[in-house]
Amino acid sequence: MIATHYTYWIIFALMMIGLYAVMSHGNLVKKLIGLNIFQVAVFMFFISLGRVDGGSPPIITEGIEVYSHPLPHVLILTAIVVGVATTSVGVAIAIRIYEAYGTVEEDNALARDAAEEGTQ
Amino acid sequence: MSTFDLAEAVLLGILIVTAVAITRARSLFVAAMLGGLFSLVTASLFVLLDAVDVALTEAAVGAGISTVLFITALALTNSREATTPRRRVIPAGLVAVLATAGLVYASFDLPGVGDPDSPVQTHPITDTYLRESQEDLHVPNTVTGVLASYRGYDTLGEVVVIFTAGIGVLLLMLGPRRPADEVKDRAYLQTEYRVLRVVSKTLMPFILLFALYVLLHGEYSPGGGFQAGVIFGAGFILYTLMFGLAAVQRVLPMRTLVVLVAVGVLIYAGVGVATMALGGGFLDYNEFNPGNPSGGQVAGILLIEVGVGVTVAAVMVAMFYSLVRRGVRR
Amino acid sequence: MTSQLPALQVVVPLVCAAGCVLLRSAFGAWLLFSVAATASLLTAVALTVQVWDGDVIRYEMGGWPAPAGIELVIDQANVVVLLLLGVIAVIAAAYGRRSIELEVPLRRIRMFYAAMCLLLTGLFGITVTGDAFNLFVFLEISSLSSYALIALGRRRRALLAAFQYLVIGTVGGTFLLIGVGLAFAVTGTLNMADLADRLPAVAGNRAVTGAVVFIFVGLAIKMAVFPLHAWLPGAYSEAPSVVSIVLAAVGTKVAIYAFARFAFTVFGIDVVFTDLPIGEAILVVGSLAMLAGAGVACFQQDFKRLLAWSSIGQVGMIVTGIGLATASGVSAAYLHIINHAVIKGALFAAAGILLIRLGSTSLESMAGLGRRMPLTFGAVVIAGLGLIGVPPTAGFASKWALASALVEDDRWLILIVMLASSLLAMVYVGRIVEVGWFRAPADLDERTAENVDQATAAANPGVVRVREQTSVLMAGPVALLAVASVYFGIDASLPSSLADGAARILTGGGAP
Repeated sequence: MIATHYTYWIIFALMMIGLYAVMSHGNLVKKLIGLNIFQVAVFMFFISLGRVDGGSPPIITEGIEVYSHPLPHVLILTAIVVGVATTSVGVAIAIRIYEAYGTVEEDNALARDAAEEGTQ
Repeated sequence: MSTFDLAEAVLLGILIVTAVAITRARSLFVAAMLGGLFSLVTASLFVLLDAVDVALTEAAVGAGISTVLFITALALTNSREATTPRRRVIPAGLVAVLATAGLVYASFDLPGVGDPDSPVQTHPITDTYLRESQEDLHVPNTVTGVLASYRGYDTLGEVVVIFTAGIGVLLLMLGPRRPADEVKDRAYLQTEYRVLRVVSKTLMPFILLFALYVLLHGEYSPGGGFQAGVIFGAGFILYTLMFGLAAVQRVLPMRTLVVLVAVGVLIYAGVGVATMALGGGFLDYNEFNPGNPSGGQVAGILLIEVGVGVTVAAVMVAMFYSLVRRGVRR
Repeated sequence: MTSQLPALQVVVPLVCAAGCVLLRSAFGAWLLFSVAATASLLTAVALTVQVWDGDVIRYEMGGWPAPAGIELVIDQANVVVLLLLGVIAVIAAAYGRRSIELEVPLRRIRMFYAAMCLLLTGLFGITVTGDAFNLFVFLEISSLSSYALIALGRRRRALLAAFQYLVIGTVGGTFLLIGVGLAFAVTGTLNMADLADRLPAVAGNRAVTGAVVFIFVGLAIKMAVFPLHAWLPGAYSEAPSVVSIVLAAVGTKVAIYAFARFAFTVFGIDVVFTDLPIGEAILVVGSLAMLAGAGVACFQQDFKRLLAWSSIGQVGMIVTGIGLATASGVSAAYLHIINHAVIKGALFAAAGILLIRLGSTSLESMAGLGRRMPLTFGAVVIAGLGLIGVPPTAGFASKWALASALVEDDRWLILIVMLASSLLAMVYVGRIVEVGWFRAPADLDERTAENVDQATAAANPGVVRVREQTSVLMAGPVALLAVASVYFGIDASLPSSLADGAARILTGGGAP
């Protein structure tokens, strides 16, 4: 059981390190990096589902009979795109937040908003 | 354990260590660089897991584009360090532990990694994708076959996602045009380093040529529209880093890029509309050549890959331009 | 042509989005958006007619049969959502003509409409698809465009709200992806109908349990179900008015539909509600949401934020109906999906008018509004009565439906919660009425003096140009929706038959 499943468990650990990084940090850029790790770990999970022992990449070649499954690869290609798209929009918003608030720490920005509200 | 498994285990171990290091790193620059390393090791792992197309994409996107995005973010936000307030650690840890527990619990009924009798491997569509695709599509790279034809609608969604991100970044980053920006642009030039200048100028045409090769050869080897677009964009980004925005914009102005972004999407959707007009379903490439369906498939696949490549390359470069212009303004 | 409708439902807004980018003028972009909205509505109506008798339309993308290819599925469960999307899109197009000019800088308008077209594309794509992974892709399309659109709000808080939504929303989307992956691992397929066929064979499988939980949590974040609702108040209140209208009316509803589709059609009532306590969990969080949403709304100082918290409560109501997993419960949920969209659409549209006329959406600035702008305020009050559930409004019709469903299922405690939330709604609607009718009109703040010109507005991002008169393009939709919120209360035949049809498909038929 362990020999066949340990890959999953390590991947889950990576997912959770990423999720922890997203939730526990207040720095916006660090959050995005953590989000990246979380997503990449999910990609690894999908790819591991398609693997076959003794298989080879799913490019049909003379003489090879056993191939790994192409479907998870297709899904993850799309998912990688989604990931980088999210990162780029996140970076753009973070830059705008810096310009508007002068900080990329979420707590500082929220504090400035609260202070502004207090004086109104 | 066979050597193969050992390599996987080692890579997974490196990934864990890197992930923990990223979380604990106070310096954001270190975190971003380690993030690039993380993606690169992941790409190697993908090769070991027989996912070569994905490895190529992850290396280009994760190690390449994402790292550029993060470094740009750090530059434009003058960020150096991150501090974690104590109060966040407990709830975050709790959620992470709960979610991990849930996943491990679920994994007990998952088929083993590499099991040839798993539901995924024994489903009839496996045969469709691996064997029937050779008769219907004549495309040896089955990943391209599935991506571009069987699940072409998903790939259209993928192009739209990149298109949306491009629109989003442009919406957020573009400001009023000012001619003074051209002068300040010089701050980003690396022209003092002759080696960089010479090598990048020499490499440029090869990078672009390689991108074209990856696009056209995607049916026979790892590659395809998306990877080609990223590589093509990376070439232009490299040139911008070396010689400045003004020089690149003489070749590829922002206005052209914005048009290209939309044109790629229209090519893809246009192929679908064309097949509808020819009487078939949306994206049914057989309609292109009813007498020889696989010929129609090859034509359709090539066209949509071009559409994907154009939009992706244009979005990458346009995003980079807009980020640089934003930084230059200050 | 009619057989291509399912594909066109998604393709038309997509092509219009690309077109908006290519055009030079802001007017042209608005025109394209209106074309996309109108075409979508017509397509949705045509599809409704086709599935009216319970038929199911299946459309193979790329000509490949499912499950090798991706198929679109149109039946009574999602055609309701399509209609709603179409109507709201047309209203947004009409409303946006003036509203956007005054809230978004001129240079950005064509990209803005491109993003709006993409938002529609994403929402339509989620609703028509019959493939689990495809749903994820279009969910991300709608989410990404939302993040960018929200960030265009006039205050800098919009940026923080957008970022917070981005992080939480992406985690939600990734959870959904994990769930789909787990389901894929034990069945080998992504097609919803195929999953429904194969899942019973692996019933009791812990991976399936994991799949259900992760998909539910992921979608719960998008639905803004308490306690995963943190992103909603900021996003709804800071976004530009048109964006608030669309998000509040249909944004979360599409996620609710997606959850219902997974729960009833893919996994099936047995797995989700009988074997696992998901139904009970939903009832608990739904009740908490009803109380928290209405309760916190009572303390808000800003009109839009009040409406946002009210929405959290109303979503709790809808989700409770789904959680009952009975035909009457699901029907009540769908009924409220329709009615709430009408009511909240009217309220957020009115908020947009207030922003243009008063320069602010704070409750304080609404003092004496009943006398200054009687028609707009009247619409707000009418819609507010719908939120409380006063007969003969549409809100009463859906609360009555939910109450009967709760009684049928012997859920007396939840019925009490629902009544309590209506009482709380009386409090916050009462506050609005008190401010509008029983206070003297406030002096206008100097920052938002009338006739601020565009140059000043561009230089000071927090200032909105204030107008003297409400354009008919903005007042019209408010009036229309307010009238509809009463009409659907008096004659609920159309929404009811749509809702019943949806419930029948989801709870009765099982696998399509």
